[in-house]
Amino acid sequence: MNEVPLPLWAEVLIAALVLGGATIALLGSLGLLRLKSYFERVHAPSIIATMGCWLIMWATFVFFTATGQGLALHALLIAVFIAVTVPITTIFLMRAALFRARRAGRDVPPSVSRIVPNEPQHEAPEETPKN
Amino acid sequence: MSQWLVWVLSLALFLLVLAMACTLARLLKGPSAQDRVLALDCMYLNGMLAMLVLGILYSSSMYFEAALLIALFGCVSSTAMAKFLLRGEVIE
Repeated sequence: MNEVPLPLWAEVLIAALVLGGATIALLGSLGLLRLKSYFERVHAPSIIATMGCWLIMWATFVFFTATGQGLALHALLIAVFIAVTVPITTIFLMRAALFRARRAGRDVPPSVSRIVPNEPQHEAPEETPKN
Repeated sequence: MSQWLVWVLSLALFLLVLAMACTLARLLKGPSAQDRVLALDCMYLNGMLAMLVLGILYSSSMYFEAALLIALFGCVSSTAMAKFLLRGEVIE
């Protein structure tokens, strides 16, 4: 697309990294589609946040370092940001799913939190929103 | 950039679009609300990766900033929706 010529090793490296990242993203999404229960499905997208994101980030790094001037360290920023924020979201989602499964009376492990000792006993007052 | 690398990047974009279609199917048919939130989070990640691949394809760093914004809003919105599922409201 542009006029800056890339060396052959950079092209091969970028192609391998981008194809690997895209394949891993497809694998994670396919796992999200095909796995049976929610607690199995929540594992599938984390491979995108780790391996897929890092592979495509390194491809971006190699490309902008080979074409531009100096190291393209700004590409590292997005992978570090994803690595920090995605576990927070996943933990929140799993806690929400456990909470809702306990509410529905399904067979899940009981709560180990000492702040709310007996969660299923006072489920009636918490149904109404507090406003 | 040689012609075969353009084809390889287009193939990677096609794989990412296929991945987004998988998450869209889970988003539409997900039996519970947390399934839909998880599928939306995964779709944000796939879109961000597609933005990075587009930035390589067009050799422009504008797409990088778009990807950073998508990552930021994806994290914030998924956390807010998970908090809503957990508590019934976002900010207590």
